[in-house]
Amino acid sequence: MITCPIFFCAYIRAMAKIKYIEYNGQEHVVEVQNGLTVMEGAVQNDIPGIDADCGGGMSCATCHVYVKEDWYDKLPKKEMGEDDMLDQAYEPNSNSRLSCQISVSDDLDGLTVHMPEKQV
Amino acid sequence: MIKTDVVIVGAGPTGLFCAHQLGIIGLKCEIVDNLDKIGGQCIELYPDKPIYDIPAVPECTGEELTNNLIEQIKPFKFNFHLNDRVQELTNESDNWVVKTTSGKKFQTPNVVIAGGVGSFEPRKFPTKSAEKFDGTSVLYSIKDKTIFKDKSVAIFGGGDSALDWAIELSNTSKVSLIHRRDEFRGAPASVQKIQELSEKNIINLFTKYSIKDVNGNGSLEEVEIKSEAGESKIIKADYVLGFFGLIMQLGPIAGWGLNLDKKAIPVNTENFETNKKGIFAIGDICTYPGKLKLILSGFHEGALAARGCFKYARPNEKYRFEFTTASNTIKDRLGVK
Repeated sequence: MITCPIFFCAYIRAMAKIKYIEYNGQEHVVEVQNGLTVMEGAVQNDIPGIDADCGGGMSCATCHVYVKEDWYDKLPKKEMGEDDMLDQAYEPNSNSRLSCQISVSDDLDGLTVHMPEKQV
Repeated sequence: MIKTDVVIVGAGPTGLFCAHQLGIIGLKCEIVDNLDKIGGQCIELYPDKPIYDIPAVPECTGEELTNNLIEQIKPFKFNFHLNDRVQELTNESDNWVVKTTSGKKFQTPNVVIAGGVGSFEPRKFPTKSAEKFDGTSVLYSIKDKTIFKDKSVAIFGGGDSALDWAIELSNTSKVSLIHRRDEFRGAPASVQKIQELSEKNIINLFTKYSIKDVNGNGSLEEVEIKSEAGESKIIKADYVLGFFGLIMQLGPIAGWGLNLDKKAIPVNTENFETNKKGIFAIGDICTYPGKLKLILSGFHEGALAARGCFKYARPNEKYRFEFTTASNTIKDRLGVK
């Protein structure tokens, strides 16, 4: 069977590289399909440090990540309710986001997120 | 000691439907839940959010789903033990003895764990030093407000619990309210009241601060707060209250000798029994190849676990499958003609 190189490229481009850094410094770089969330990218690749107890409903604050300034401003803005939920996260600060609310797209290729010491 | 056929741990949708299935096949059960209300995550986390994947129900909220399930099991008159948590499971010949935090004891051949992601507990302060005062002067809920009279109280949080208690306690205590940002998620009227009390210096309001440390020799004396920039302040406090919502913890379940895979309990898919005879796990807390964390999967798991329970509850009877549309026995159990 011959793989069509053009089709193959298009397939690759529908993914974004996301770097997850655990609290202990351990890095994980995975390709996450566009349209999935940063939380789903972690859960589906068995990356430790993101619990996502509620499954992405913005109801539990256990997929909390920190995003450094250079990327923070490029992310889609927080929707109503995300900050309220972050109040209930472990050690939130002004770089905090819920990773279930960050939808992966081409624009986020190269995004780095840092995990807190723990989620609960 | 309450004797029953099954103890269900967790009153979420999965536990409720399992109870229904037990009722249908003629078994009795007792349902225990740590929350003060029935419904589990559906009611605690997303009562108003629509759910779109309940078969034959195009759209319903968590609250509606819960109310319908409660209605569905009404004919069986099962007991709920709310605000209580199953603490201990011990094996006695063919039975399990189930002990709860409040001291209730059940004797049963079957335990069905329908505990979701675990029990809801208040989120605590991240500071190590707060543990020393946990339960005495560092508190996460209020049982007796009179203890705060004429005392200094530092309240952390930005939701309704924090705001309501700050307003209430400011009548008789010196209240400081500390929140990590300058927006509050409480009701607008409460937020306005807090602003007024702050302007009149009745409440000390510190926004964009979080806890750094608590200090005291024997009893709590002060709490240190920090801004994100690193600036810190010391507030005199006899009591520190934290209202950061609830988190889910596996809790005592982790100590029952069950196999665990991360935070889930592996089961067989024939009757959802765990590695322990007579202990079943259904819903979000169980895992098996292909597991989906859907409410509908929890319903299916509960139906099969109920049949698994029958074997131990009625060892001398043969389970006979019947349809609710056709069986007079079932109609009797449901109290319909």
